[in-house]
Parts: sequence; structure tokens; C-alpha cells
Amino acid sequence: MGFFESWGHFFDRIGLIRIGSTYAADIDFLIFLVLVVVGVWFLAAELIFVYFIMKFREKGDGRRADYIDGKNKRHKRWITYPHLAVLVFDVLIIVVSFNVWHRVKMDLPENPDCVIRVTGQQWAWIIQHCGADGELDTADDIYTVDELHVENEKLYHFRLEATDVLHSFSVPVWRIKQDAIPGRSITGWFQPTVTGQFDLQCAEICGFGHTVMQGQVFVESAEEHAAWVEANTPVEAPAPATDNTPSSG
Amino acid sequence: MVEPAVDLTHGHPHDDHAHHGPEGWKKYLWSTDHKVIAMQYMFTGMFMALVGGFMAYVFRMQLAFPGINVPGFGMVSMGEYNALVTNHGTIMIFWVAMPVLLAAFGNFLIPLMVGADDMVFPKINRLSFQVFFVSTIVILASLVVEGGGFAGAWTAYPPLSANETYNLTPLGSTLWVIGVGLEFVAFLLGGINFITTLMNSRAPGMRAFDVPLVVWMIVVASILFMLSVGPLLAGAIMLIFDQTLGTGFFNPATGGDPILWQHLFWFFGHPEVYVVLLPAMGVVIEIIATFSRKKVFGYRIVIFTVVATGVLSFFVWAHHQFIAGIDPRMANIFTITTLLISVPIAELCFVYIATLYGGSIRLTTPMLWALAFVAEFLIGGVTGIFLGAAGADIYFHDTYFVLAHFHYTFFPIAIIGTYAAFTYWFPKMFGKMMDERLGKWHFWLTIIPFNMIFIPLFVLGMGGQHRRISNYSGFSELARDGFQDIRVFATISLLIMLAAQFIFFYNCYKTWRSGPKAPRNPWKANSLEWTTESPPPHGNWHPDEMPVVYRGPYEFSVPDRIDDYWPQNEPPQRDS
Ligand code: HEM
Ligand SMILES: [Cu+2]
Ligand SMILES: [Cu+2]
Repeated sequence: MGFFESWGHFFDRIGLIRIGSTYAADIDFLIFLVLVVVGVWFLAAELIFVYFIMKFREKGDGRRADYIDGKNKRHKRWITYPHLAVLVFDVLIIVVSFNVWHRVKMDLPENPDCVIRVTGQQWAWIIQHCGADGELDTADDIYTVDELHVENEKLYHFRLEATDVLHSFSVPVWRIKQDAIPGRSITGWFQPTVTGQFDLQCAEICGFGHTVMQGQVFVESAEEHAAWVEANTPVEAPAPATDNTPSSG
Repeated sequence: MVEPAVDLTHGHPHDDHAHHGPEGWKKYLWSTDHKVIAMQYMFTGMFMALVGGFMAYVFRMQLAFPGINVPGFGMVSMGEYNALVTNHGTIMIFWVAMPVLLAAFGNFLIPLMVGADDMVFPKINRLSFQVFFVSTIVILASLVVEGGGFAGAWTAYPPLSANETYNLTPLGSTLWVIGVGLEFVAFLLGGINFITTLMNSRAPGMRAFDVPLVVWMIVVASILFMLSVGPLLAGAIMLIFDQTLGTGFFNPATGGDPILWQHLFWFFGHPEVYVVLLPAMGVVIEIIATFSRKKVFGYRIVIFTVVATGVLSFFVWAHHQFIAGIDPRMANIFTITTLLISVPIAELCFVYIATLYGGSIRLTTPMLWALAFVAEFLIGGVTGIFLGAAGADIYFHDTYFVLAHFHYTFFPIAIIGTYAAFTYWFPKMFGKMMDERLGKWHFWLTIIPFNMIFIPLFVLGMGGQHRRISNYSGFSELARDGFQDIRVFATISLLIMLAAQFIFFYNCYKTWRSGPKAPRNPWKANSLEWTTESPPPHGNWHPDEMPVVYRGPYEFSVPDRIDDYWPQNEPPQRDS
């Protein structure tokens, strides 16, 4: 995977967006692969196109156009060979895409360090953190609004829900995106690799305040995260309520 | 297999021109002449393009200069922003691309190109426009009713679109669905005529493979539309019930399913892309053949490919829903079908490029538009591969990468394709020749800024910028200075492009006032519309001039002929 990963860091290298999770480089590698494959095709097609226009432009020398109807086998080859090649490249892209898709969306790695619940509602993200015990729906769960605190390098599962309309949980640096649907709970995973503070978007239009449905993820080192959990664990730990939202920093 | 087509209309009273219908403005309102209906569709569509373009101007200004008092509009609130984006998309697709490319050019060209005096069912044709006109009024009214226009995106995903407590636009959203529904009805009515006229009204001697490709493509597009729209119409009615009667077809709390709408919408929505693409592709190949003086490379390949694309296009819809909560295994299937559809589309592009080979290319204004269509549409096509690969779509879905991708398909279709068709058939439609110099200025000042708008938007999309957001300053990564500069650059390019459209209007005005009169066949093309007067009379040909067809439409530069073209209706014996 070393070779792949180096090409997967393409966006990161040109400074567009960081790689912040274990599978981000896989997705970027796929994007890079498609870029190379279709880029070559695209450039070739445009170059031939422009070359033909220049070469066969009427120059006032009385030359007439050729009469070619495309029925001739020799001529047809000019269409059939390139399109067979398109097919071969399609297969290549499909294979790599399957791999990436399986890794991100289908193969759920087992034994997560923590399970969180992310609930979209007009127009905020309600996050239920696992708390110190790593388990969801226990008394020490920590609730926040528009803030997701995670520990770097740990494996997370999330349960994604919505209370009213569709929303979409999106953290670009992790290359994660999943729609949240009222009436369903969708499970997925991520594993951050870089500490820092990043954007948490809602990527599905959800009404008037869609623009301001903006959150932050805080990827913290083990000590920082432990401190945050300590500071925010509900003291008494009764059944927590949604309005129990500690400010944090 | 020469079945001289049965002509239902040749016998009827089109022959005497005097007694026709009411006079004056009423004549326009109630005309059943396919050319008049074509103009009605075209001018309504072009007016709506101005509305949609104005909306793009307003929201692009807001994005480049957040909070600005946009000249001609004012401050853009978050709700207004959403409504502008929603209706910009809706209008551009359903009230610009469809009426202009499919309805206007379909109406104008099909009878003229197959050598008929009108559509088979002229009154259904008129009804089609009238329903369309009502739909236009409904959608425009929906923008100004209390609560404002619908603001839940042109895809109208429930529950947002289904429930006024979520979307806050009780009237706007219902009018929006009604408007779109009526528009569908109008095109269903129009499609009947396109198909039957091609089947039944062809000139004597015109076999299936003598029909110009643009007619084939418009008819295939109509069939795709008719086959795909049914489920969505049913969905639209369920949506109206959810909105107004409180039913719960799309409401999970009452056993409904919001994802069902997405399937119905995209089952229609993806073929719809080809519904607008095919007429533009057809226009472009006619123009390329004429101005490279070449026979189309592989006429039959094109038709079979188009049909194959049409069939395949019914099996790709869920590529819009990879991350929408569908079963992830389904994504694999739709990745395969989506990437497969690149094969016929690439093939069409190869055919177009191959047609240029060995030609004698004349870069007139319509030819420039046609060539630009190919060059730009290629960008739209190749960027689609990124999105069809489900793994990459996880990142790109609902970003500006998607947005730039589909504008690289829709803009060539709706704008470039329209200008190509308009400038090419203008002499036939209005009987005058447009100014070439102004035409070329207009071309370059549209094409260059177009790329300067949307290439930067690809970059923003790769940087993670998501769609339908009125202000990015709250997102630390997206509010970077560099990104804001890119937004400003795109908006300024848009201002240049919009300003350049005045050249076009001036050119039309000038031509109308003082343009030279157009001959019957100014471009020396072969198809039948060029054999009648410019503009054609009522009934299209004088009764004793109804054309008879002897060959296909692309016999350019045939060896051993003096002329480098060979009109379809020229009897063979005159040539030896
Ligand atoms: C005149 C030049 C145009 C410009 C500058 C432009 C720009 C834009 C932008 C920036 C958006 C996204 C706004 C947002 O998501 O916040 C948008 C959305 C859209 N545009 Fe355009 N556009 C243009 C022409 C067209 C044309 C010709 C078509 C189609 C025929 C079209 C179809 C759409 C659609 C379908 C959407 C999506 C609406 C939605 O998200 O619900 N646009 N346009
Ligand atoms: Cu949202
Ligand atoms: Cu699609």
C-alpha cells in the first residue's frame, strides 16, 4: 500500500485539503487514478480534435473534402479500438473503486474504541459521545451540539440519525460523507490520523438554516482527550438530556 | 424496403392558405402551425433563461461578496439564497433546456426535415404549448407568493419538500410541484407529435435511414422522456398529497419512506439528462457535417449508439444516491452501469471527431458553437467518471465538483447547443443572415468566461466546498483567503459572460432591422428544410413543391459531382 498511499496524498501535497483519516488516502488514490486515466484520454481527444480542425480547415486552395462514410472496416477501427480501450480502463476504475467502497462503506472494522451517536436536526448536529467507558447509551455519555471530540488514532463507530429532514454528515478531511435519514440509524466508522480542529458540514440541503449547520471536529491527543472527557462527564450521570451541553474548548 | 410514408396531413386543407383561423394576435395565441409553436416555445424558453441567469448572477454575487446589497435584487437572506438556487436549477432544466432544445427545435425541425406540412396532430401541439405556458406562469408565481418560492433544491427531497413546518414555504412548494407537473404534461403531449410525425409524415422516398440525425435524436429523447416521467408524475402527486392533505407517503413516522422519492426522481432524472443532451448532440452533428462538407462518420453507428445510451440510461439512476442510505451493495451495481455508459458516449464523441477528418472545415459562427460543444462537453463527460466511481463519490458527492461537472454538461447543452442551433437555423426561421463578426465576438466572449467560471469551481469542490450554502465564512477550511479569491474570480467571469450576451441581442436586433435577406439554402446543406423559402410559408412548401427524397442527408463532397453537396430532394437523373 506504500506506493498507493504516496499517490493518495495528492490533494494534501498541493495544499487543497489534508488527509485526516485511515481511508482518506485510499479515496484520494482512486481519485488520482481516475484523474490520470481520464486525463490521458481527455488530452488525447482534445489534441486530436484541435489538430483536425487546424489541418482540415478550408484554406481556399480548392481542395475538396474526402468522401468517407465510416462503413469501411479499416475506418471503423478508428472507433472500435479506442472504445475497447475505454472499456478496459473502465474495468480498472471499477475494480479500484470496489476496493475503496468496500473498505469505507461495507467492511465495518470490529471492536471500536468508542461508539458515538450523531443526530442531525434543523439546524444543528447533536453528538452523543461514548464517554470514558467507550460504550454508547450509558450514564457517562457526553452530549454536545455542533462539536465532535475524538481521540486521534482510535477507531470509532457512529450511529447516524435524523429527527426531521435529511441531513448529511460530512467531514472533508476524513473523506467521510453519509446522509442521515429520519426513521433510520445508519452505522459507519472512521479512524482519525491527524490532530487538530476541522470542519463538520451538513452536505444535504435541510431548509432555511442549512448554511449555518456548521460544526467542528476536535481531534485530540490521548491526554487532551482524556482531560476533555474528564471535564465534561456528567457529575451525577442521570439519564442525560439533550440540553445538557457543556461548553468546551 | 422503400415504404413511401403514408402522409396523414398531405390531403388536408393546408393547401389553401387564405382561410386560416383567427387574425392578429389571436392568430398567434391559437395558431396550430408548428413553426409558430416553435417560436412560442423558443421565446418563452429564452425569456426563462434570462430569469435563470439573473438568479445565477444574484447568488454568485452573494457568494463572492457575502452580505452585499446585490444591485437589482438587494440583500440575499439564507432562505432567499436557497430559493434562488432551487428555482435557478428548476428553471434552467425544465423551462430552458427542455422547451428550447426539445420543444422549439423539435417543433421547428421535425416537419421541415421529414418533408411534412405540419405535425400529425396540430391541435395537440397547440395544447402542449398552452399547458406549458400555464406551467410557466405557475412557476413564476411560486416565486412571489407569501412565504417565498420553494427552497428545497431542484431535486425536492422529502421530508423537507413534503412538510411546510420543515420548509417554511407552504404555497411556494406546492406551486412548484404543480408547475413542474404541468410542464411534464406539456411535454408528454408534445412528444406524441414528434414520434408520430417521424413515423407517418415522411416525404415520399424517405426511408428510416434517410432521416437527419437530429430528428432521430429528438424523437429518441421524447421516447426516453415518456418512458421515464410516469413514475415521477405519480411521485409528484404523492408529494402534493403529503404537502396538502397530510398523507405520509414519504414520511417515515407514518410508514412512508423518503428514499422512495429519490428513486422516482432519479429514475426520471438521469434519463432526463439524455433527454436534453440528445437534441443538442443532434444539432451539433448536423452543423459539423455541413461545415466540414463531410458525410457523418457512421450514420447508423450513431443511431444504434444513441438507442443503446437511452436504454442504459434507465439503469444508472442510483449513482445519485450512493451515500443516501441505499444498500451499499447496490452501489457496486450502479458503479458498473454508470461506467459502462461512458462507452457509448465516448463513441459518439469519437464519431464527431472522426467526421472532421478529411473535411473542408469552415469556421462560421454556428460551426464554432458546434465545435465548442464537443470540446466542452468532453470535460463534462470525463469528470462524470469521478462521480460514477462510488468510492470517489463519497468525497465528491454534493460538492462543487459535482456542480462544475454538471454545468459542463448542461451549459454546453442548454446554452452552447442553443446558440449553435439558433445561429444555424436563424436564416431559415427569420429569413435574414446574422452578422458573422458580431457572432464571433459573442462566441468568444461567452466561451472563455464560461470556462473561467466553472474551472475554478472544480478546484473549490476538490477542496471540499459543499453545495447550496449561502456563505462559507463560518467554515474554517472553506473561508481561506485563497478560496474566497477563487469565488470572486468566478463571479467576475460570470459578469463578463452575462454582459457579452448583449452582443447577441444587439446582433438579433440589427439583423432584424437591416440584415441581408437569406436565400433558401445559405449554407449549401442537404436536408429538406433548406429546399423551401426562408422563412417557409404556412404548410412549409408550396403545394406543388412538396419534396420527394432520393438520398440521405449527408451526401457532401461526393466524388465526380461538381457541387460539394447533394440535396436530398434532387432527382438523380439531373446528375450524371
Ligand atoms: C449562466 C451561467 C450559470 C451559472 C454561473 C450557474 C451557476 C450555478 C451555481 C453557482 C449553482 C450552485 C449554487 C449552490 O449550490 O449554492 C448552480 C446550481 C444549478 N444550476 Fe446553474 N449556473 C448557470 C447555468 C445553468 C444552466 C444553463 C443550467 C442547466 C441547464 C444550470 C443548472 C443548474 C442546476 C440543476 C443547479 C442545481 C440547483 C440545486 O442545487 O438545486 N445552471 N448554478
Ligand atoms: Cu443541511
Ligand atoms: Cu445520473
